[in-house]
Amino acid sequence: MSSATSKKGQNGSANVIRLRLYVAGQTPKSLAAMSNLKKICDEHLKGRYRIEVIDLVKNPQLAQGDQILAIPTLVKKLPVPVRKIIGDLSNTDRVLVGLDLSDVEKPNGKSEAVRG
Amino acid sequence: MPQRTNNGSQFLSALEKSPSGITGLDEISGGGLPKGRTTIVCGGPGCGKTMLGIEFLVRGATEFNEPGVLLAFEETPQEMARNVASLGFDLNGLVERKKLFFEYVYIEPSEIEEAGDYDLEGLFVRLQNAIETVGAKRVLLDTLEALFSGFKNLGVLRAEIRRLFRWLKERGMTTVVTAERGEGTLTRHGLEEYVSDCVILLDHRISEQTSTRRLRVVKYRGTSHGSDEYPFLIDEHGMSVLPITSLELQHAASTERISSGIHDLDDMLEGEGYFRGSSVLVSGTAGSGKTTLATGFTEATCRRGEKCLYIAFEESLGQLSRNMRSVGFDLNPWIKKGLLVHKAWRPSQYGMEMHLLRIHKLIEQVQPKAVIVDPITNLVSGATDKDVHAMLIRLLDFLKMRKITALFTSLTSVGESLEHTNVAISSLIDTWVLLRDIELNGERNRAVYLVKSRGMAHSNQLREFVMGKNGIRLIPAYIGASGVLTGSSRLAQQAKEKADMLVREQEIESKRLELERQRQALQAQIAALQTEFVAKEHQMQRLIDQARLRETVLVADEAAMSQSRGITSGNGRKSKATGGSR
Repeated sequence: MSSATSKKGQNGSANVIRLRLYVAGQTPKSLAAMSNLKKICDEHLKGRYRIEVIDLVKNPQLAQGDQILAIPTLVKKLPVPVRKIIGDLSNTDRVLVGLDLSDVEKPNGKSEAVRG
Repeated sequence: MPQRTNNGSQFLSALEKSPSGITGLDEISGGGLPKGRTTIVCGGPGCGKTMLGIEFLVRGATEFNEPGVLLAFEETPQEMARNVASLGFDLNGLVERKKLFFEYVYIEPSEIEEAGDYDLEGLFVRLQNAIETVGAKRVLLDTLEALFSGFKNLGVLRAEIRRLFRWLKERGMTTVVTAERGEGTLTRHGLEEYVSDCVILLDHRISEQTSTRRLRVVKYRGTSHGSDEYPFLIDEHGMSVLPITSLELQHAASTERISSGIHDLDDMLEGEGYFRGSSVLVSGTAGSGKTTLATGFTEATCRRGEKCLYIAFEESLGQLSRNMRSVGFDLNPWIKKGLLVHKAWRPSQYGMEMHLLRIHKLIEQVQPKAVIVDPITNLVSGATDKDVHAMLIRLLDFLKMRKITALFTSLTSVGESLEHTNVAISSLIDTWVLLRDIELNGERNRAVYLVKSRGMAHSNQLREFVMGKNGIRLIPAYIGASGVLTGSSRLAQQAKEKADMLVREQEIESKRLELERQRQALQAQIAALQTEFVAKEHQMQRLIDQARLRETVLVADEAAMSQSRGITSGNGRKSKATGGSR
């Protein structure tokens, strides 16, 4: 796909949380969202996540697939159900609620969040 | 590929219009929607907002070479394409030919969690992409208000909507935004606050159990628009607004005359019948022969080899053809030949709007030269005079444009003035034949006269309308002391006149005979007198002869006497005697 991201924890694919962050250019909100997401993932999902950052300015046609309207939007593709968290992710509690991570065990692996 | 619109220049000419291509709407709005600006189309559910928007896009793409973007919040491309296929729009085809970009926006509020500051840049990105892909000039946002269910932060949302409209304007997009009508406001979420160029309100009203769609241009900045409510239709040719007051009268008038199918009626119309393309109204009370007159015209039309569309609200085809056979009209051959198309349906089946629509459709299908609506009064029952007027204007105009001769029958209720119910339409009618009953001497007879007939010296007579096995006759009426005589009164009058004439003839004959007798008597007298005269003449002649003879004898005697006296030398005497003998 587009801007490549983290690739780790492939072994535990069943528990891997796939996240996709949609941004539109390097706006303050986008940058804030990226750093906030990295922080949250490092804290709560060490090594168990994959993040893909998609810049709609570069790839506008990708917006339709996930029905993106708001920017930034974080989409949790897996595990189902699909959830969308919009905003700069500054509200950590809401992000966690949105990611619905209650069933996820505490981290054991290494974290590797990468920005696009 | 990306077609940028020239932003700046478009705003200089503020009144530039973008034709919608929707029949009638462009007339009302003086040329179309404001070009490069946003128009809000609002109304309740199911009133045709989306249809208006879709047609605006489709017409733009197909007729005005202006590709469009459809941003749909409520329906998927498949659903939408299926919905408008019935209107004759091929959305998929337009998408394939890159005349239309369909962007389906789906919002599922339960999936969305708001965690921090955001904007709707994604929407802009998608719109930008869509516009560039097809080089769009037109945009439809249907229904933008769906956003309000998806996002909780109204402050952000309103700011973004405002930005969106400005953004569209900057790109010179002629935009239609559909919006649900709110309580006491034009739109539920007050979208009209952001858009101030043009607001169109659609309405779907039920009256007398039938619904009529209406359209009103609430606001159109910088344009003198029609401000009335206009009924509109949605049919397989899309939407058509009926701009009653903005229609211009510009159909060409034909001078061709066509027979009314009834010889005597033609006679009353300068002997030639109706004008082609004119509108004829046959009105009268129940059973006065309206349908018969209409059938006469139907038959005449078919006889000329022209197609005739007969729309009936009272009688089925079987009933009509049976009934008309009794007055000598056989319709079956024309139906078999396909010249006569008869359609009957119940007037209560649809609202007036739908009736009009069906008639339009039939006319498109059949392409007739003449249209009969029997009776028009059923069609318009329950509607107000104004509605009827509006509908008929539209219908007549449609017919006149196509040079189709129209004949409507109209039922006048008993007790109403004969010409009353037709007030609403009389001004639209070119030739008005009025049938009435005359009750006299225990009989009810039919009479016919022409209330008006534009453009011809029509008869001013009231004639008796007689239907028989051999057709229809319009007999010049007898004017008696008590008015027009019809039926048996007329027959009685005719018999009386015949008797009178006989008497007169006899009188003349007897006078003639008397004269002859007198002449003969006189001649006899003359003959007698003549005989008498001849006899007298004869007698007189004899007397004269006798007198002469006597004188001769006298002279001879004298001579003889002189001789005997012996007088020889008296010459004179002798000569005297000679002279006397002569």
